[in-house]
Amino acid sequence: MWKNLPLFPERASALAWQVDGLYFLLIAVSAFFTLLIFAVIFYFAVKYRHSVHPHPVQIDGSLPLELAWTLIPLGICMIFFAWGSLIYFQEARPPRGAMEVYVVGKQWMWKFEHETGQREINQLHVPIGRDVKLVMSSQDVIHDFFVPAFRVKADVLPGRFTELWFHPTKAGTYHLFCSQYCGTDHSAMIGQVIVMEPVAFQAWLNAGENMGTLAANGQQLFQQLGCATCHRSDTQGRGPNLAGLFGKPVMLDDGRTVIADENYVRESILNPGAKIVSGFKPIMPSFQGQVSEESLGALVAYIKSLAQPQPNEPGSNRPPAPERSSVQ
Amino acid sequence: MATAVQTVERENYLNSNYGIKSWLLTTDHKRIALLYLVSITAMFWIGGFFAMLIRLELLTPAGDMVSSDTYNKLFTMHGIIMVFFFLIPSVPATLGNFLIPLMVGAKDLAFPRVNLLSWYIYMLGAITALTAMVTGGVDTGWTFYTPFSTTYSNTHVMGAAIGIFITGFSSILTGLNFIVTIHRMRAPGMTWRRLPLFCWSNYAAALIMVLGTPVIAITLLLVALERAFNIGIFNPQLGGDPVLFQHLFWFYSHPAVYIMILPGMGVISEVVACFSRKRVFGYEFVALASIAIAVLGFLVWAHHMFVAGISVYAALVFSLLSYLVAIPSAVKVFNWTATMYKGAIRYDTPMLYAFGFIGLFTVGGLTGVFLASLGVDVHVHDTYFVVAHFHYVMVGGMVMAYMAGLHFWWPKITGRMYPEAWAKLSALLVFVGFNTTFFPLFIVGYMGLPRRYHAYPPEFQVLNVLSTAGASILAVGYVLPMIYFLWSLRYGEPAPPNPYNAVGLEWMTPSPPPTHNFDETPIVTWEAYDYEHQPQEEVTVGH
Repeated sequence: MWKNLPLFPERASALAWQVDGLYFLLIAVSAFFTLLIFAVIFYFAVKYRHSVHPHPVQIDGSLPLELAWTLIPLGICMIFFAWGSLIYFQEARPPRGAMEVYVVGKQWMWKFEHETGQREINQLHVPIGRDVKLVMSSQDVIHDFFVPAFRVKADVLPGRFTELWFHPTKAGTYHLFCSQYCGTDHSAMIGQVIVMEPVAFQAWLNAGENMGTLAANGQQLFQQLGCATCHRSDTQGRGPNLAGLFGKPVMLDDGRTVIADENYVRESILNPGAKIVSGFKPIMPSFQGQVSEESLGALVAYIKSLAQPQPNEPGSNRPPAPERSSVQ
Repeated sequence: MATAVQTVERENYLNSNYGIKSWLLTTDHKRIALLYLVSITAMFWIGGFFAMLIRLELLTPAGDMVSSDTYNKLFTMHGIIMVFFFLIPSVPATLGNFLIPLMVGAKDLAFPRVNLLSWYIYMLGAITALTAMVTGGVDTGWTFYTPFSTTYSNTHVMGAAIGIFITGFSSILTGLNFIVTIHRMRAPGMTWRRLPLFCWSNYAAALIMVLGTPVIAITLLLVALERAFNIGIFNPQLGGDPVLFQHLFWFYSHPAVYIMILPGMGVISEVVACFSRKRVFGYEFVALASIAIAVLGFLVWAHHMFVAGISVYAALVFSLLSYLVAIPSAVKVFNWTATMYKGAIRYDTPMLYAFGFIGLFTVGGLTGVFLASLGVDVHVHDTYFVVAHFHYVMVGGMVMAYMAGLHFWWPKITGRMYPEAWAKLSALLVFVGFNTTFFPLFIVGYMGLPRRYHAYPPEFQVLNVLSTAGASILAVGYVLPMIYFLWSLRYGEPAPPNPYNAVGLEWMTPSPPPTHNFDETPIVTWEAYDYEHQPQEEVTVGH
């Protein structure tokens, strides 16, 4: 019976219990107030029914009561607000050193590319116990990446990267849903997230054909598209040197400072005139229409890799990543 | 009052003249209310028909009854019709139109011709949207999210958008009429603090109609511009921003849910007071809560966008404001409950619907608190949890209130009584059917089933079957009133001026009222809901 009628999705991420905890508190408080109001109405409706209580007692109102039922719910709401916001803050901040997967949504499939080069469609393999960060974009309309078992969800937008992260805690196969309506086969834009023991995951990584790491593919693109002629690895280039750039503040020629994140890199490729780095001329041509979403992901991964001088810095929970040897 | 003792043969707004022209060219707010009643009832059945097809499709996990494209069109058209052509005009355009002049002691609304114009505009918009649906349909969802609606959908987006665009003007005109009427046309002695709460809540809704509707009109115009001329506003490939659309859309469409629910709350205040025979507890707080909802309602739109990639701090602010807007609604529920304390409570049909409203609106409101909570919203956003929440507020709340109001004022509107026993049965069926339909969807939603899914994994089937079963009970609950209301027009007992022995100016004129409402302008010398000093000789009619 209960197998056919589950009431909660599985809890397979570190966050799931926190979301469920708040959910249970919300249910408890809601049930309390709903039953309270039902009980009071029922009691009044029976006790003061016209046949036994024909003469109503007129009461205009009561300021203390009004204050009580304004302030008490407000106070309770503030508890929900604080707790809900704490969870949201965690969701919004991917931990440093998370394993990254690039996700492209399109009508109607999910494409994944691991840093190590493995590509998947509608299936995502991840290991238990690692933080996994998804860098997502859409090729067409808005999609939404939703894994109920992880209690995480984020829209996947055309024209910009969004992020989402989770920390799987339980091996298994879980639903992946597109939860933003995206056209004809919206309900077929589903897939699986397969959480594996670390050893099994390593075996899965090794079994796949090696297409070259994502950063290495990005480096190849970087050469092919001619980026390297201006963005040289010394200070003589006509464009800024990109080594060590990612994640750092960039001074712009209009005096603003921005952090060089995924969306900054995307914009600089597709709409280079939008933010000109201080001391450089706006000479870069737009690559709009010349690079696919996947290629953008690879270029971002490459530029990221240029910002990591030490492949095995202590304290990082990344495994030794072979891709770094192909990049200075 | 002297008018209350006239006999049945007297002239009233229904028999004053006959013929199709006397209806289509009428400027009588009561006749226009009936024109609206017929039109929105037709829209309700069309929207309801789509809902039944949706529920039938979801009986089985596989998408086997209709194709994906058809299913997508069904939920889109269900949403567009129910939201823009039924819920938004429902109480204001019918009961509001009929009752506000009567309640404030006026002969008509401030601008009777504008009122008629608003109905023609509504019909033009409705026919445009229906034409788009008949000639192929539209599949964007009622939310028209970009860039799907502007670039990718191959369906009749323009027709539907233009239909909604046009209808918006009828809403603006109705709102304008209400605001001016309530400000300028109150009878002597009808001060703001004596104004029935139905007028207060329609006034609050009218503010949103006038201030909010232009935004959806502009937004849909921008969608049309991008779709027709490839002007890059929302599509990033053309240099636009898809999330901008969501900001603009929800800036209207969130307050719009308060356009829908506020007039319903007004109905409940009237009904609870009448059948408890008491002044509404905390009158000022209930009145001000309506205004607070209207104002705060404009400041919470981005809670529809917590997973749309907005900034964390924006999400925080919108979450906080969303909790704040929940408070005035809670205040109303507590005050209605307190109104019953030491009352003399009768269980007539309108009161049964009001009980149903309070219960279901409480559930709908509290699940709204779940959604305001950022951590939980991320999980349940765009799932059936949201579908269930929205229907609890809009169908469980709003439609219950609409039914309460229709039953309460039906004798006044038509001059006929409906069969009480059948009406009680329908109230019960609607309550049971509604809960069976929508409560399981909360669970389905928390389990993670996204909304707008044509096919779904098998573990969600049991609850979906339950929901479809409930929907068939609900349908019976709605068909019954349709039948007995029509039956009562011919066979119902003639209604006395005040069958429920209620207070309020609308009850001091005959049923149905004369064309000019009052033979002489009433002078109000008593407080609102003055059940204490109500003249007892009007308690003569039994049923």
